[in-house]
Amino acid sequence: MAKKSLFKEFSKGIIKENPVLCLVLGTCPTLAVTTSASNAIGMGVAATAVLVCSNAVISLLRKFIPDKVRIPAYITIIAGFVSVVQMLVKAFAPAINDSLGIYLPLIVVNCIILGRAEMFAGKNPVLPSILDGLGMGVGFTAALLAMGIIRELLGSGSLFGVQLIPLQILIFILPPGGFFVFGMLIMIANKLNTRSGKKVKTTPCDGCPMADNCVDKNCDNVKKEATENAD
Amino acid sequence: MENMLRVSSSPHFRSNDTTRRIMLDVIIALCPAAVASCVIFGWRSLVLIAVCIATCVLLEYVSRKIMKRDNTIGDLSAIVTGLLLALNLPVDINPLIAMFGCLIAIVVVKQMFGGIGMNFVNPALAARIVLLVSFPGPMMHWVKALGAPKAAAIDATTAATPLAAEPGTYSYIDLLIGRCGGSIGEVCAIALILGGIYLVIRKVISPIIPCVYLATAALMSLIVGLDPLYQLLSGGLLLGAIFMATDYTTSPVTKWGKVIFACGCGIFTILLRAYSNMPEGVSFSILLMNILVPHIERLTVPRTLGYVKKAKGDKK
Repeated sequence: MAKKSLFKEFSKGIIKENPVLCLVLGTCPTLAVTTSASNAIGMGVAATAVLVCSNAVISLLRKFIPDKVRIPAYITIIAGFVSVVQMLVKAFAPAINDSLGIYLPLIVVNCIILGRAEMFAGKNPVLPSILDGLGMGVGFTAALLAMGIIRELLGSGSLFGVQLIPLQILIFILPPGGFFVFGMLIMIANKLNTRSGKKVKTTPCDGCPMADNCVDKNCDNVKKEATENAD
Repeated sequence: MENMLRVSSSPHFRSNDTTRRIMLDVIIALCPAAVASCVIFGWRSLVLIAVCIATCVLLEYVSRKIMKRDNTIGDLSAIVTGLLLALNLPVDINPLIAMFGCLIAIVVVKQMFGGIGMNFVNPALAARIVLLVSFPGPMMHWVKALGAPKAAAIDATTAATPLAAEPGTYSYIDLLIGRCGGSIGEVCAIALILGGIYLVIRKVISPIIPCVYLATAALMSLIVGLDPLYQLLSGGLLLGAIFMATDYTTSPVTKWGKVIFACGCGIFTILLRAYSNMPEGVSFSILLMNILVPHIERLTVPRTLGYVKKAKGDKK
């Protein structure tokens, strides 16, 4: 694998590999907490903090964690940071803690964080891992914020709690409206990605955390890798 | 010599049915209900119908244009969708809300899934439900119909729908001729039945779905202890059974599939009416069964001619 520049590690998470809109990870908090823009920012910032810290620590410990128990080890590290973040939010922003509710502790099982630990931090040095976590976190926050703004503006006619328009289309703050806005944003992200010339990669092994241990010898990707290793 | 032989591919035998003719028949069948709504609720219902039809046709044209597809206004399906949506709305609804409903029906439900024949649920029905969920206040505000009994009126201008009214408020005659509150197209049962008979005579719809739907609904109301005839005549049941559930795209093609589909609609309608906190369940039950149609069709694939059932344990 050719070395990418550090900036690329950061920027890929924002549009090209946006965790929510392109990798479609972490949809549960995305759909659940984006009923208002301020909720979305709270969730995004909390998840980014956990993501950066856990990526850094997992990357530091990647040579000491035995391969067989790596998932429990990752989860323990992530859970530690989530507890820290939750206590901080409870202390300094109790309103956000109330509105996020159960979804704040549920960051522990957020696919994005475990996915980045498995796909990136477990294989790369510290600095790229931190930047990767930061980029993914910014992408996650941006996607949440976009959804939160659209849903709050159309659903309750306000933005960050300030009443702007008298129109209220209730369905946008209900789950069906959430799915609808989510689909529209995925469509826009796909359009942006395909417009820039490169086709979005759709090989099934790309980004699959099991790709290294994959036993399917007929798979083209495995064959290619095998020949590369032989060289 | 070459011109004497005419070579063409199948089908060699065509019927005169075109989408346009079928849609025209549906429009004709909806006319009694539309006229009745104008008589019962006045000129405002005519305005509502005109707004919905115009918006639907315009949106259909614009969205086909944007997606660079061929123009399909000519098949009249957008007019049917607009008319059906209008008949499902209360008369004093804000025209902007009605136009938002048209946007949902035509752009989101119909064109985003590929246009006529591709939609997975009935566009007018989906739009009605989106409006009901989005604007519960205006969508449940029923204007008093011409000549409705005084007891039904909560104040001078509004009336409860027969489903939410006190028992005994409306007689069967009131329900038949539409002297009650409700969406503009659903109140007059006679006009809807007339339209349904016309569609069956013209062979546009098969009578299986409406008949089984109504029969199941009557049976279910008996089981849960409601007055069957009152349930059949009130609310949107007739409009739903005759015009919504029979939509070609979103109902099964097989005979037994139709029966299962209609049974499901009837059961869910009465269950929702009896036990949910909403007075009406027709639109939700038809929408639910619309989504199940592919599975129903897979279950009821008819046996091909000459097919012999394999003996048990006989592999290949």
